[in-house]
Amino acid sequence: MATASPSTVPLSLRSSTVRIEPPRGLFELRLREVWAYRELLYFFVWRDVKIRYKQTAIGVLWVVLQPVLNMLVFTLFFGRLAKLPSDGLPYPVFYFAALVPWTYFSYALQMTTNVVVDNQRLITKVYFPRLILPISATLSGLVDFSIGFVVLAIFTVAYGIRPTLAALWLPALLLLAVFTALGVGLWLSALNALYRDVKYVIPFLIQFWMFASPVAYPSSLVPPRWRWLYGLNPMAGVIDGFRWAITGRGHSPGLLLLASSAVVALIVLGGLFFFNRMESSVADRV
Amino acid sequence: MNNTVIQAEGLSKLYRRGLQVDDGLRHSLEAFLRSPVASLRRKKEETFWALKDVSLEVREGEVLGLIGRNGAGKTTLLKILSRITRPTTGWAEIHGRVGSLLEVGTGFHPELTGHENTFLSGAILGMGKREIERKFDEIVAFAELEKFIDTPVKYYSSGMYVRLAFAVAAHLEPEILLVDEVLAVGDINFQKKCLGKMGDVARAGRTVVLVSHQLNQIRSLSHRGIWVDAGQIRMDGNTHEVVSAYESAMARGDTNGHSQDRGTATKARFLSWEIAEPGLEQPHTLATVGPIALKFVVQVTSAVHMGHHGVTLYNHDRQLIWGWAVDNVELEPGVHELRYSFPMLPVRPGPYSWAVSLYEEGQLLDAWECLPEMIVATENFQHRYDHWSGVLNIPSKFSIT
Repeated sequence: MATASPSTVPLSLRSSTVRIEPPRGLFELRLREVWAYRELLYFFVWRDVKIRYKQTAIGVLWVVLQPVLNMLVFTLFFGRLAKLPSDGLPYPVFYFAALVPWTYFSYALQMTTNVVVDNQRLITKVYFPRLILPISATLSGLVDFSIGFVVLAIFTVAYGIRPTLAALWLPALLLLAVFTALGVGLWLSALNALYRDVKYVIPFLIQFWMFASPVAYPSSLVPPRWRWLYGLNPMAGVIDGFRWAITGRGHSPGLLLLASSAVVALIVLGGLFFFNRMESSVADRV
Repeated sequence: MNNTVIQAEGLSKLYRRGLQVDDGLRHSLEAFLRSPVASLRRKKEETFWALKDVSLEVREGEVLGLIGRNGAGKTTLLKILSRITRPTTGWAEIHGRVGSLLEVGTGFHPELTGHENTFLSGAILGMGKREIERKFDEIVAFAELEKFIDTPVKYYSSGMYVRLAFAVAAHLEPEILLVDEVLAVGDINFQKKCLGKMGDVARAGRTVVLVSHQLNQIRSLSHRGIWVDAGQIRMDGNTHEVVSAYESAMARGDTNGHSQDRGTATKARFLSWEIAEPGLEQPHTLATVGPIALKFVVQVTSAVHMGHHGVTLYNHDRQLIWGWAVDNVELEPGVHELRYSFPMLPVRPGPYSWAVSLYEEGQLLDAWECLPEMIVATENFQHRYDHWSGVLNIPSKFSIT
């Protein structure tokens, strides 16, 4: 419009016509709008990360300590005492390579589940594409992940394991973990806005899910004829793939990963649909 | 100048009463299991139309004031136009960048510093990163917080908190600004400063839609007024005409929302009320916690014997804050001032309404819900968060011994 000089209006929000209508039952995805609000998405991630490190006394150290302590516990109980196989890898590497992506996933899933409820004040006071919230919650865990990953890399090299070409698979595996957290998180965050009970279910879900993924044991422990079913758990592919990509040993997850990707695609699509249905009424409910 | 920037046709909004609360899965399962039919039917009964078939057109550069009773639908209309909630039926088209201000300090986080919150809140309200960077010094200067800008806001006094929140909001430069009641908090001097800034925005040719209970504010800021009553537009036109019509209707007790029963006898009529002490330019805005005095003017046409007079104070949510009554009131014909003085009136800032009544031997002579409403705009001594601030606004001293 004539009144605002172009320089005062950010490109992403420059004058446009918005039509406000009752929610329609079908898909209205508006992903283009999410893109237009990417700066706000950045600020949400920035806020989450800042607050996370400010509220704790030793801040960033927790990010490293959490998987390291878990690794020690796993190494001691599952490794030394229960003597679970580790596909020929040293126990610490075997567990740490799984715990870094798993810690990211469980954190991202928790954050995403609570994101609508945690931001309910905001939702009732200002407009932005609500989809930004779960996306930002999924992304903010990546900062922790990066730190954990650097530690993992140093650790692996310290054990004399050299990176191989398999490491090139890491970005794809990480992407799969991000989309799994986002997809399931979309469902759970929408459900959580409707029923607060979801909050209490989450810790059990995450624990159960961890044992349904090859975090504490190798997936080779699963009988071959059940492998396909196991592959329906996308995190199985991610964790297996991580171990393989980091160490270059064992077998590439191959088909398992293909099944996982298909499942994730379905979960994300369904999640977007469900979240979208909830979104149109959430400001009236939360 | 004459481009239409907001066009709305037949906007309606149906709310479900009681369903907004945290029902929990158990509750809805239980209700459904117990009686599936009844649980569905009850939902139907608990709905109400917050807005019903509202059409309006706002042109570029207009400053539009929305007035009406609490619950009349003003905020719902604003929430639909700012896309926070969606209409049940009808549509609207908005041409231009919209900024909405429905709360002071939207998006503030206590752990973050003033500096960080400025960026966060600015981004949430719709400013770009570079835009905030450019305006940052101006915002800090406006809030008068240069020294504390790198302190986490959890250490701010509530006054500082509100100042920063306002300063960020006041520097929004959308083409269309939607504002809800936010100017009713904060101390009066800072309110004036913000009003000045808002006036600048309006003079710059931007479009403003403003909801306020402070009718004088509406009068001084807006060109056009819309009176919303029971979810519908009751009157639309020149601000002064609409506000006056609203005031006189309220004085008659004639609104769909709350009808006032002013009694049948014409023996006595309350005429007006004001804050007598301290004398103020705005006699219905309370800018000090105390001491204060109020007067209610009543006209008596024939003598009242053994009268009973009551007074009550309600807050925005129609919660009774204080009430008091006196018996054996004797009033000669003429105009009287019923005067109350208080050492302090420590209530949280916001809009309030006084109600006064006069009975004679059990018969109602007049009951009046005083207009205009009283706006409490004192310095805030409460907790920074609405959630914890309660109803009283008491200056306290803290020490560790």
